[in-house]
Amino acid sequence: MKYADEFRDKAVALGLARAIQSEADPQRCYRFMEFCGGHTHAISRYGLEDMLPKNVRMIHGPGCPVCVLPAGRIDMAIRLAERPEVILCVYGDLMRVPGSQGVSLLKAKARGADVRIVYSTADAIRIAEENPEHEAVFFAIGFETTTPPTAVMIRRAEKKQLDNFSVFCNHVLTPPAMQNILESPDIRSIGPVEIDGFVGPAHVSIIIGTEPYEVFAKEFGKSVVISGFEPLDMMQAILMLVRQVNEHRNDVENQYSRAVTRHGNRRAKEEVADIFELRDAFEWRGLGFVPHSGLKLKQTYARFDAEVCFAMSELRVTDNPACECGAILRGVMKPVDCKLFGTVCTPETPMGSCMVSSEGACAAHWTYGRFRDRQQRPS
Amino acid sequence: MKVHQRKLDLKQGCVDLSHGSGGRAMSQLISGLFHEAFGNEWLARGNDQSAFDVGAGRMVMTTDAYVVSPLFFPGGNIGSLAVHGTVNDIAMAGARPLYLSASFIIEEGFRFSDLKMIADSMGGAAQSAGVHIITGDTKVVERGKADGLFISTAGVGLVPEGFDLSAENARVGDRVLISGTLGDHGVAIMSKRRNLTFETEIVSDSVALHDLVARMVAAGGRGIRLMRDPTRGGLAATLNEIAQQSELGFSLQQEAIPVKPGVAAACELLGLDPLNVANEGKLVAIVSPDVAGAVLAAMRAHPLGRDAADIGEAVPDDHRFVQMATSFGGARIVDWLSGEQLPRIC
Repeated sequence: MKYADEFRDKAVALGLARAIQSEADPQRCYRFMEFCGGHTHAISRYGLEDMLPKNVRMIHGPGCPVCVLPAGRIDMAIRLAERPEVILCVYGDLMRVPGSQGVSLLKAKARGADVRIVYSTADAIRIAEENPEHEAVFFAIGFETTTPPTAVMIRRAEKKQLDNFSVFCNHVLTPPAMQNILESPDIRSIGPVEIDGFVGPAHVSIIIGTEPYEVFAKEFGKSVVISGFEPLDMMQAILMLVRQVNEHRNDVENQYSRAVTRHGNRRAKEEVADIFELRDAFEWRGLGFVPHSGLKLKQTYARFDAEVCFAMSELRVTDNPACECGAILRGVMKPVDCKLFGTVCTPETPMGSCMVSSEGACAAHWTYGRFRDRQQRPS
Repeated sequence: MKVHQRKLDLKQGCVDLSHGSGGRAMSQLISGLFHEAFGNEWLARGNDQSAFDVGAGRMVMTTDAYVVSPLFFPGGNIGSLAVHGTVNDIAMAGARPLYLSASFIIEEGFRFSDLKMIADSMGGAAQSAGVHIITGDTKVVERGKADGLFISTAGVGLVPEGFDLSAENARVGDRVLISGTLGDHGVAIMSKRRNLTFETEIVSDSVALHDLVARMVAAGGRGIRLMRDPTRGGLAATLNEIAQQSELGFSLQQEAIPVKPGVAAACELLGLDPLNVANEGKLVAIVSPDVAGAVLAAMRAHPLGRDAADIGEAVPDDHRFVQMATSFGGARIVDWLSGEQLPRIC
């Protein structure tokens, strides 16, 4: 397949693997966090772990919006969908995410709630237009990548004077979560977070650019390499990180230069800034409340804000206390270290955030990589 | 006195509740549309059942319900699919398919013209598969109680003497053969789904495989341990199922698994893995290594097996993992899909 196979070439991959092998200092350990779920998925799907030396370890970060969505927000969405006038428009991967007591949107749909899977924000607008007697609510979720399409749709709804379209906003931001991982007070209870550098997000960085990561290099002393999602991108980014560590450099480097610039997509950023504003704090599954990490609609656009329109009240659900997602997301534990992993917590019945979507650290390891645990612990 | 009955208006008309009521209208629908399409001596006798001779050997029987959406898709429709799917389930026993039954649950308001097109393609599919649809049933439900049309078919076939294909026959070292490219049916269906429409030249691979199976049986005989058609859940689900039942693992080579570029591209866009995507005209065979070459050659000599490939082998594994060496150079598990990839694919 053109424009994809070129980035999955085995010979080039082996060359990069050899370079990492020869340049990585056997006397030390390299710990890199790939923030993004897309990277986590690629690592597992292409078996990248097998191509890295033992002392280069990848830590799977919290960059999967479905995984980090707290169960309370799912409960809120279910409550909304159960209102007879509401058609809740959601992306397919949200359907199975468990709220409290194992209830999901899929189960709510089976019980009669009108929940429809959409593939783009435009579908939600169309559903609103086709069902003027109903209220179409778009369950907006995602990082900086998916926020601009939501903004564009709100703009479009405004132009079309659609009064039966609104957005349940769960958009979150990458840099505050990265900062939280590095400085959260929680780390005292779970041990120090040892990360030498970040594999920076691909699509998120197309929007925000490389600039917002400079603080992590300058103030936190961490190396950052923005990487594409293809496996060769990742191998190259890891090599670049190894070199930064070897040369005692903390820079923001851009491996994904075919798509990412320093300032990102100005138009998209402006559109988002026009419509959204920061929440004081937003809850992340596994991380808890992270200051200034979530977006909500500005007062001017309150008529498109489902939380306002339907006077939705905030619901909170505590995660299973045995769940180690918080430690796994910070790289202090591996999925296999969690007592719940693969026992009561599987992709069919996820308990913690990392098992929820295929991009979560635990789900990716369970689906693609659990054969490696055989050597570590008998079944 | 001859009672005048208005002919079925096959161009403009549609099914109403009277066509399921057991009265004249139903009889007219059955004789005017279904018998026309399936025409054979058994149906012509008009009994509530059909009798047929049983040959020597063992019979196999299977049944399947078809709820595919949309009803018409590139490369076929629910009618041809309802024949191919059941014929293939019979063929996977190494059996020769003989007779089918067909039940129709039709939503009030369904157009005769569509029903005729579907029945005709069922008739055509049955004819080219050498099977007869010898009994059937029709029910009409109120508008909104079924999505247009659901079909259920059952079938019987005859297994060659001494043949008993089953997962427990598989042994360590057996080869895994597939008959062609993966994911065509699922991608063809998805390309026509509301909300998801995308342009692709991919058509469904829906086809009857019994003739290919007959060639394979002739070439491999009892060296063929078992065969399955990887429909819903794709190759991944089928191999995991076989691994569980045979208490073995499988080791696959991604580079050997044929996937059309169009299917690979669509899967890339939709975030799917072709190994999880449904097929309706492919089979996977677990065969003893000493006949694998001959069976593969027989498959490749058949038009439905041109792209057949040897993709891996059965290995000892207490965990029953299906593992794959990726074309990138790493290794990974090929797991069952969690949850539903896309409902109503067949």
